[in-house]
Amino acid sequence: MARASSRRSRIGYTIAAWVVALTLFFPILYTIITSLKTEQEAISGFSLIPSFTLSSFEAVQTQNNYWRPFTNSVILAVGSTILALIVAIPAAWAMAFSPTKHTKNILMWMLSTKMMPAVAVLVPIYLIFLRTGLMDTRIGLTVMLMLINLPIVVWMLYTYFREIPGEILEAARMDGASLKDEILYVLTPMAIPGIASTMLLNVILAWNEAFWTIQLTTTNAAPLSAFIASFSSPQGLFWAKLSAASVMAIAPILIMGWFSQKQLVRGLTFGAVK
Amino acid sequence: MATRQTAGLARLMRAPAIILLLIWMIVPLGMTLYYSFQNYNLLNPAAISWAGWFNYQYFVTDPAFMAAIRNTLVLVLGVLTITVVLGIAIALLIDKPIWGQGIVRILIISPFFVMPPVAALIWKNMIMHPSYGVFADIARFLGLQPVDWFAQYPLTSIVIIVAWQWLPFATLILLTALQSLDGEQMEAAEMDGAGAISRFVHLTLPHMARAITVVILIQTIFLLGIYAEILVTTNGGPGNASTNLTYLIYRAARLNFDIGGAAAGGIIAVILANLVAIFLMRAVGKNLD
Repeated sequence: MARASSRRSRIGYTIAAWVVALTLFFPILYTIITSLKTEQEAISGFSLIPSFTLSSFEAVQTQNNYWRPFTNSVILAVGSTILALIVAIPAAWAMAFSPTKHTKNILMWMLSTKMMPAVAVLVPIYLIFLRTGLMDTRIGLTVMLMLINLPIVVWMLYTYFREIPGEILEAARMDGASLKDEILYVLTPMAIPGIASTMLLNVILAWNEAFWTIQLTTTNAAPLSAFIASFSSPQGLFWAKLSAASVMAIAPILIMGWFSQKQLVRGLTFGAVK
Repeated sequence: MATRQTAGLARLMRAPAIILLLIWMIVPLGMTLYYSFQNYNLLNPAAISWAGWFNYQYFVTDPAFMAAIRNTLVLVLGVLTITVVLGIAIALLIDKPIWGQGIVRILIISPFFVMPPVAALIWKNMIMHPSYGVFADIARFLGLQPVDWFAQYPLTSIVIIVAWQWLPFATLILLTALQSLDGEQMEAAEMDGAGAISRFVHLTLPHMARAITVVILIQTIFLLGIYAEILVTTNGGPGNASTNLTYLIYRAARLNFDIGGAAAGGIIAVILANLVAIFLMRAVGKNLD
């Protein structure tokens, strides 16, 4: 009796959960479906079954030179992440393993720089980029994206490094390990999962950034976020082609995102929720 | 000796990150502050002069400013209400034993990974378009007149889009908190005859309080800066109907070339964001101890 009712409630919850999930996913699903339609099909009323043509994907690549913004997105996301890691790993390491009485204040201050609204520094950054010739260059934007994500990177790494038990270090020292041995054979293997998670989340954040990429690029260095935003005007892409461009812009990050759910919670809440 | 060496090394390791962020914080903000007291328009860059408080006065007394403040509040509060309420409901639902939980989670989290311009264009063209959108198809199917969403309800439309983007984040964090809830305590309460509602109010909700606070504060920081969604859908219009503070400052700087005015607006935005930030720092700071 009790088992039958719990089975029935499980069926009920399952149906409700799937309805919610499919509703929330529907805009993405419908975009994928539309990207596989012809332009004619795309505007001829609601239909969930496309003709599975890839012509829109081809058209976007040939007519709109899609690979340029795609390459820019990869370079900016990966480049800014690597730069941030180079600066953040030593800092987070030092704060986790040799904390001083100021460490907590420094971390809080770093977090506070993230609170600064981007638009508040639009004027100076725009003027600096104009006057130094950084406007519409990959290098300028890579540095920008590195700076805006640096606090999150330091914080995430710090919370991961802090979980590495200090006793292991002591044990290694007792056994006569040098600082080099300590770093190479003890800490690095334990730190790699945390670094990988941080990297993943930061690539996602940099890929999806859409304020500075739109402000500081025109054509040369424009990544996908700026490229897609330029189709807001009516003379932009047609339905199927816009869908194809959208699918290509979000697919890599969507797949990466599915693998990083846990890290997402941790990274975006600065370790406040684990 | 060894510790002094380590301390020196630690300082050296910390320095680059601290110096970079220090420069990143002080230089642009200092320049914004400086320009906010200058008459400076890029259309006539030679005519730069001291403006006193004029830019602030001009920015604040512009009718668009009050509209922008109002729209910013509606946007932030509207999205927060939708995402927190629905987020709790969905988190409770997918925390139940269901078939295909992994896939359900993946489907629900997906909108968060869609970059803002794509999210906005998907909704603008696929869903809300008055002739070809799915909403229009549904309206016609029901024999109703399709709604021209961005012309008739511009701000509501943007609230819907942004809520769709942030609902996964709220759900995921609230679900994480829910999963750490003590099952034994729940069972004990159930044995003592506490009903489902009373268990939710007295056990579940207090347990999630911290996660809800974090969701509200972090989302607020991001929601104050909503920009791309407005740019690709309504351009802030019709009139100022969907202009928020971020978009107003963007318009002053990039479309009116009014450097002084945009800088004054930027300083006002910093002050507002700081008020929010103070609360966030307190909530997060507790976790450090």
